[in-house]
Amino acid sequence: MATGLHGRMSATQNAAVSVRGLTRRFGDRAVIDRLDLDIAPGEFVALIGASGCGKSTLLRILADLDHEIEGEVEVPVKRAVAFQAPRLMPWKKVWRNVVLGLPGLPDRRRAEAALAEVGLSHRANVWPKVLSGGEAQRASLARALVREPDLLLLDEPFGALDALTRIKAQELVGELWQRHNCAILLVTHDVEEALLLADRVLMMKDGVIAHEVRVDRPRPRAVEDAYLAELRARLLGWLGVGHGAMEDAA
Amino acid sequence: MSTALDLSSRQAATRAAAPPALPENPRIARQRILPASAERRGIPRGIRRMAGPVLLVGIWHLLSVTGTLPAEVLAGPGTVLSSAAKLWGTGELPDAMVASLRRALSGLAIGGSIGVALAVFSGLFRLGEDLIDSTMQMLRTVPNVALIPLLIIWFGIGEEPKIALIALATAFPLYLNVYAGIRNVDQTLVEAGRTLGLSRAAMIRNVILPGALPNALVGLRYSLGISWLALVFGEQVNATEGIGYLMSNAREFFQTDVIVVCLVVYALLGLAVDFIVRLLEKVLLAWRPAFTGA
Repeated sequence: MATGLHGRMSATQNAAVSVRGLTRRFGDRAVIDRLDLDIAPGEFVALIGASGCGKSTLLRILADLDHEIEGEVEVPVKRAVAFQAPRLMPWKKVWRNVVLGLPGLPDRRRAEAALAEVGLSHRANVWPKVLSGGEAQRASLARALVREPDLLLLDEPFGALDALTRIKAQELVGELWQRHNCAILLVTHDVEEALLLADRVLMMKDGVIAHEVRVDRPRPRAVEDAYLAELRARLLGWLGVGHGAMEDAA
Repeated sequence: MSTALDLSSRQAATRAAAPPALPENPRIARQRILPASAERRGIPRGIRRMAGPVLLVGIWHLLSVTGTLPAEVLAGPGTVLSSAAKLWGTGELPDAMVASLRRALSGLAIGGSIGVALAVFSGLFRLGEDLIDSTMQMLRTVPNVALIPLLIIWFGIGEEPKIALIALATAFPLYLNVYAGIRNVDQTLVEAGRTLGLSRAAMIRNVILPGALPNALVGLRYSLGISWLALVFGEQVNATEGIGYLMSNAREFFQTDVIVVCLVVYALLGLAVDFIVRLLEKVLLAWRPAFTGA
């Protein structure tokens, strides 16, 4: 039986996201198989996993883009998504993209305030096609945050950026999260990124959350941190790469 | 290890034994790479491109004045020019142009709006697609010109069959392109629109129709091209004004000069309309990177 999405209420009252027994099948194969997940309000959760493990599918379900599901899923009414590709409407100037879908007339001042937060005020009045990859991704973040979401879903938003731009974008997301205080689910394939940003790192495998680590470290964090390095080795081991894999086997 | 040493020592030996190689080498055939600016010397491109048509008119003129090309077959360029001036002076030509242009544009307006309306309906709604699309795909294979006899029976021989023919001919390219444009709108953008909470109406206005616009303009260009073709055919049917009328009159009196004038006018009107559509594309599709650089 397919169950739709409800507003945030009932069941786990104080969670931002609660998922119970979620299953999503593609044909005979259950990509997500009776998965449970809770995300607290304001919590930063990173979701990692081998490619094809269903992490993006889970994000699409939480974004209300995929309804072919069984189980119970509750997410905040106010939520926003930033995809791997920025997905800006090419026929709208950047600032109009930012406020697209907000009630009322397009409010340029509001758009510019949101763009200022991501350091893009000077690009408010250009066509999206002239933005660089990093700029477009920041515009997409501004578009998500201007909605003041209780849940922000990030689908590998830094995947297509070059290394330098990615570091800056990660820092920006960390800052924005602390300012806006919304729950974030970051889907990524980058273990380091997950450890630098998240309160909790979940690893998806065989259709469920197979492993979970809590990252008790103050921010800003550095990759060189020995504690993080240890967590990283453990996560990579679970993913079946690196030294951790050998230790596990031993 | 020892073989490597061996090899290098042997190489060193041969190198030492060989005389300095450079002077005895056979000369290598070389080519100088010219900077682009050097190649651009000579006659400017614009003038070179004009040379072909000018040459053609020159030969035409030469054949006419020498009598190789008799005026009954094809009037010379001089005669054509002077009769164009005469027709313009008497007001015959401007009147005919206005009449033809009015036909083409009103046919296009009717056919175009029908085509666009049907395309939007069948592009946006499953019901519309089921009802309209297969019908349109079937009807578009009928050659429009073959409908002239039927149109004459339905509408008589006045303005109506001519406009109806143009409307029929122009509806299809617009329908096909607008429909394809709507159906091919980037799905990732539609999804993004959904996550932004766009209502169905807002989605159509902000995502689907702007996304279909490039295709719609391609359709408009096709339609304009076809409207001209339909006009030429339509005006052969008992016209009392318009360029087609001028032409069939000229045929009666073997005035090849007037026929050529009419052909040139058809071509110029077509060019002018195409220019307007290009301008429209530049304004409406300014967001495409191809147009920002200009």
